Amino acid sequence: MTEALPPLAGLRAASPAASAVQVAAERRLKRRYAAEQRFKWYGRLAIILALSFLAVLLTRIVGQGYTAFWTHSVTTQVRIDPARVDRSYIEGTNFDQMIAEAVLVRLGGRDDPEGLASGQIRRLLSPDLGLNLLVRVREDPSLIGRTVTVGGAVSDEADFYFKGGITREQPEGDRPLSNQQLDTLDRLQAEGLVRSGFNTTLFTRTDSTQPEIAGLLGAVIGSALTILVAALLAVPVGVLAALYLEEFSPRNRLTQFIEVNINNLAAVPSIVYGLLGVAVILNTFGLPRASPLAGGMVLSLMAMPTVIIATRSALKAVPPSIREAAFGVGASRTQTVFHHVLPLAMPGVMTGAILALAKALGETAPLLLIGMVAFTPSIPSGPTDAATVLPVQIFLWNNASERGFEERTAAAILVLLLFMICMNALAITLRRRFERRW
Amino acid sequence: MSLLNRAVTADTTLLAPAVQPPHADNSGVDGPLPPEPRRAAPTLEIHTGPQAGAAVGAVKVSARDVNVFYGDKQAIFDVSLDIPDRAVTAFIGPSGCGKSTFLRTMNRMNDTIPSARTTGSITMDGEDVNARDVDPVVLRARVGMVFQKPNPFPKTIYENVAYGPRIHGLARGKSELDGIVEASLRKAGLWNEVADRLDQPGTSLSGGQQQRLVIARAISVSPEVILMDEPSSALDPIATARIEELIDELRGQYCIVIVTHSMSQAARVSQKTAFFHLGRVVEAGPTEDIFTNPRDKRTQDYITGRFG
Repeated sequence: MTEALPPLAGLRAASPAASAVQVAAERRLKRRYAAEQRFKWYGRLAIILALSFLAVLLTRIVGQGYTAFWTHSVTTQVRIDPARVDRSYIEGTNFDQMIAEAVLVRLGGRDDPEGLASGQIRRLLSPDLGLNLLVRVREDPSLIGRTVTVGGAVSDEADFYFKGGITREQPEGDRPLSNQQLDTLDRLQAEGLVRSGFNTTLFTRTDSTQPEIAGLLGAVIGSALTILVAALLAVPVGVLAALYLEEFSPRNRLTQFIEVNINNLAAVPSIVYGLLGVAVILNTFGLPRASPLAGGMVLSLMAMPTVIIATRSALKAVPPSIREAAFGVGASRTQTVFHHVLPLAMPGVMTGAILALAKALGETAPLLLIGMVAFTPSIPSGPTDAATVLPVQIFLWNNASERGFEERTAAAILVLLLFMICMNALAITLRRRFERRW
Repeated sequence: MSLLNRAVTADTTLLAPAVQPPHADNSGVDGPLPPEPRRAAPTLEIHTGPQAGAAVGAVKVSARDVNVFYGDKQAIFDVSLDIPDRAVTAFIGPSGCGKSTFLRTMNRMNDTIPSARTTGSITMDGEDVNARDVDPVVLRARVGMVFQKPNPFPKTIYENVAYGPRIHGLARGKSELDGIVEASLRKAGLWNEVADRLDQPGTSLSGGQQQRLVIARAISVSPEVILMDEPSSALDPIATARIEELIDELRGQYCIVIVTHSMSQAARVSQKTAFFHLGRVVEAGPTEDIFTNPRDKRTQDYITGRFG
C-alpha cells in the first residue's frame, strides 16, 4: 500500500509503472484538497447569505423607522377669549379651534364665515395643542382672558411634509394636504414657529389613535411586566424540574415519557398556548383579561420547556468528577446539587433562560388570544391592569391606516430589538459574573 | 473459585494483629472462614520497601463474598478481603478487573450509580456498611476518597478544605474551621505552598498540588479510611513521589487503600497487596510476598509484565 502514496515534493519514481500509481495517488490527493476548499466555500457562502439577509432586514427597518425618532412641533401664542370659555365647563371649550384661529391670525390670514381656513389649519396641528391648553387652563383658570404660549406636535401629515414625504410635485388630489395647507406650513416654518427635535413622545406616551402623539411607553412597561411574570414562573419551575429529572429521578419509563413530552412541548406552536391561556387562565382561573399576569403565565408555559432542556444540558455538562468529589466528602445529593453542580451549571442555565424569555418577549400570537391586542391608552400600574406588549403594539400599528404609523411601526421594531439586545447583554453579564464566581 | 478465595482469605489472616480490637472477632459476620484461625495466626511484621518494620494495625475493613453487579453484568465475584488499619493496602491488576469497583463498594460510592447492586458483607470495625440504617453520607465522611484525576471544587483553596467540616458541622466558629483547614493542609504537606493564597481557586494549583489539596479535603473530615483510586496516574514523577511520601506519612493514622497500575508504586507504598483479575481476588498478602514469591501463576505473569 505504501507505494500508492505520492512522493514527497519533487521526487519521482524511476519506473513508469510506479509513476502511474503515483500520478493516480497525486490526483486523489488533489481531489481531497479540492473537496476541502469547496466545503470551506460552502460554509462561507452560507454565512454571507445569512449576514446579507440580516443586513437587508436591518437596513429596511432602520431606513423606514429612523425618521420616527425626530418630529416637528409648532409653538404659537393664543389669547384665551373669555367669551368662548364656560368657566363651569372648561372641557367644553373648543381650544383646537381657538389655536387654529390664532395661527391663522398670526400668519395674517382671516377666517371665512364657514371656518374653512381655520379648519384647514386644524388639520395641520395635532389635537395635542388643544389638550395641553385645556390642562393648563383647568389648573389655572386665571389664564382665561390672557395670552399664553402653547406648543405641540404638528399633525402626522404635516410632519410627513416637513420630512419630505409629501412634495408639491405630487398631484394635489393624491396627497393628503392641499396646496393651501402646504403654503401655510411653509409660512409657519418661515416664521420660525416650527421646530424639529427628538421625538420624546415616542418614549413618554402611550398608544393613541393619532400617530403624532402615540408612544410606546405603555407597551414597553407591559412587555417588562409580562416578561417579569414569565421569568418568575418559568425559571424557578423549569430549573427545579430539570434538577429533579437530571439529578434525582430514577431512570424509568415514566421519566422517559416525561422527557419526550417536554421536548414535544418545546415544539408546540405558540398559538396553542394562547388557546390554553384563554381556556384555563382566563376562563377557569378568572384572571383579568389582557393583563401582564395572564400574558406572563401563558409565556411562561411557552418558555418552560426550553428552560428545562437548557438546564438539563447545562447540568449534564458539569463533569461527574465534581459530583464524585462532593459525594466523597460526604455531601448528600441535595448538598452536592445545590453547592456544586447547580453553581457550575448556572451560566448555561442563565443563557438558556434568557434566550427562552427573549423568544417569549417577541411572541405575539398567544397574547392576541388573551386580549392584549385591545387598544390600551393607559400605562399599566401593575400586572393585573390591562396592557399591551411591544410585538402586539407593532402588530397594531402595522395595521393602522394613518401614514405616521408606518415609520412608527419600524421605530417600534427597533425599540423591540433594543429591548432584546438589552436582555442578551444581561444574559452575557450574568454569565460572566457566575463564571467568575469561585 | 471459592476454594481459591478461601485460600486467599486464610492468607490475609497472616496480617492479623497481635492485639485484637474488641470487635475484631467478627462474630456477627458470616464470612466463609471461622474466626479461630485468625486469632491463632502469628503476628507478622512485614519487611517491604522503606517502611520495613512498620507496625500494621488491626483489621479495619473486612469484605466477605462481595459481588457487584452493574445491571446484568457482574463486575466483582465473591471477593473476600481483610484490610488492615494503619497500613497501606494496594489493589493491583489489569484494567477492568474490578479494583476500582471494589474500592467504591467500601464507601458505597456505587450507590450513586442506579444500576449498581452489591451483595455480600463489608464491615468496618465490625459494622456492616451496607446495613439499612447506615447513612452513606455519614459513611463517606468516615471513608474518604481520592480520585484518579485531581478534582478540587472550583472554589478557593480554603473552601475546598472547609467544605467537608462545614457540611458535617465539625467546626464551631470561624477560628475552629481555620484550624481544621490549616491542620488538614499541613497533614497533606501543602500548607507551606498555599498558606498565603488560600483565597485563590483550587483549580489554579498544579496537578500534584491539586491532588494534595484533594487529600487535604478528604482528611478534613477526620476519616478513618482513605480510599485512593490511582491517585498519581495523572501526575508527573516528581508529583507522584510527593504523593507517595504523603501516603507514607498518613499511613500511621489512617487505613489507606490505594488502587494503582504501577507495580513499583504498590511495592513502594503498600504493606499489603491484593491482585485482582477478572473481578476476583487472585492473591492477597503481604506486599513483599506478592512481589517476591507470588503463589499464583497469573500474579507472577502480571507483576513480571507478561500481561495486563
